[in-house]
Amino acid sequence: MESKTQKISFMDEVSAIPGGEGIRLCIQCGTCTASCPNAEKMEHTPSQLIAMVRADMRNEVLSSNAMWYCLSCYLCTVRCPRGIKQTDLMHALDCLAVREGLSSKRTHTPVMYRSFSDFVYSLGNLSEVGFMALFYLMTNPLRAIKMLPVVIDLIKHGRLRIKARRISPEATKQLEAILNKAETLGGV
Amino acid sequence: MKYYTYFPGCSSSDGNSMAYGHSAQAISKVLDMELMELDDWNCCGSTPYSSIDELSSFCLSARNFSLAEKRGLDLVTPCSSCYVMMNRTRAYLRDYPQVRAKVDEALAAGGLEYNGTVNARHLLDVIVNDIGYDAIREKVEKNLEGLKVACYYGCQIVRPRLGFDHPEYPESLDKLVASLGAEPVPYPLKSQCCGGSLIISNEDVALELMKKLLDSAASSGAECIVTVCPLCQTNLDAYQSRVNKKFKTDFHIPVMFFTQLMGVAFGLGGEDLMLKTCIVPVDRALAKYL
Repeated sequence: MESKTQKISFMDEVSAIPGGEGIRLCIQCGTCTASCPNAEKMEHTPSQLIAMVRADMRNEVLSSNAMWYCLSCYLCTVRCPRGIKQTDLMHALDCLAVREGLSSKRTHTPVMYRSFSDFVYSLGNLSEVGFMALFYLMTNPLRAIKMLPVVIDLIKHGRLRIKARRISPEATKQLEAILNKAETLGGV
Repeated sequence: MKYYTYFPGCSSSDGNSMAYGHSAQAISKVLDMELMELDDWNCCGSTPYSSIDELSSFCLSARNFSLAEKRGLDLVTPCSSCYVMMNRTRAYLRDYPQVRAKVDEALAAGGLEYNGTVNARHLLDVIVNDIGYDAIREKVEKNLEGLKVACYYGCQIVRPRLGFDHPEYPESLDKLVASLGAEPVPYPLKSQCCGGSLIISNEDVALELMKKLLDSAASSGAECIVTVCPLCQTNLDAYQSRVNKKFKTDFHIPVMFFTQLMGVAFGLGGEDLMLKTCIVPVDRALAKYL
């Protein structure tokens, strides 16, 4: 008799996530990898990542930097001959990696995405200045100095505002209630 | 008069691409369309939120849809990222009942509900398909004859197959630019990615992608690039000097929003179009037309 505690495979786990079901259809033709503008920067190419999910390499996949180099340009998605939504799959793996605390430390993108989301969560709106400042503080404050010429250009051309747009207090409360509720629902 | 509910998105409202929102409003008056801003809209969350917490990211767009449903008109955005996030949300809420149930539950906590009755559309789609090239041509005061333009779509306005143009070889913006009298140059990389927000976290990676885009535009003889996305414009314009520094190149290609170029052809003034917010100056390319 099979044990009731039998571990479900990583492929079953991923294909149960909305957007992840296509993983069963892959024929490893490599079209996604050939189409990806960042494939060569990734520790694992998009098609390798799929093969690794199917080989049950859960930790290796979730700690890969690959998903964080995805630009969400959807070229893989429109070219896949099997109709796999590769970009959605990348998002699903990103979110899973974040939930498991495994997101790659070898790229600053997870921290950047987190700073962005935190601002949106608390303001309902993105403060570009605040978000960039927070991101550089959390990663490499010295890089902020290198970016000064770009910032000065933006200020000189009237493109940076310190004060972000605020939505009304009622709308802020409403959004907070929605997002707080969403957080209790265990993801998609 | 055509009526729409308008969703500027953070960058084009009072963010660093405010010239986009401003010029969109200016040309919409000329084209007899009303873009009425959605009250108390929130950020779409863009790629970052959907890579951290997808369910919350769907809730962000679902709240905006719910507010827009009161008026019932198409929800129009000039931002490709808002456009893709809103359509992604609509698709997930349509295709996955379990996601829909959770989003409904979250929205209810804010006293809202989602019915899926409002379409999300990109401003370019509305202008070329609802207004049309002939109506645009009729409004041209200053024919842009002789101006060579690289029409840059970027990725998220045409992918994943969002319907109003080809996912890899779109032409709507080229036709629009031609209807202003200008000459769209061949631009093979027109729907390749600019590097998006990776410019912040992985600058080198994004600069490399931008260099290819600038190279391709320059070698086609383009005097300017027009874009349909706030982030594409910011990357190619504000970071052009960084590309030059890194690759020892000497690009000076002005990068404008398509709404700004339309405004120039409609004879609108610099105030309406905020052309001075372009970091690479547009004066030389547009000298004959301003």
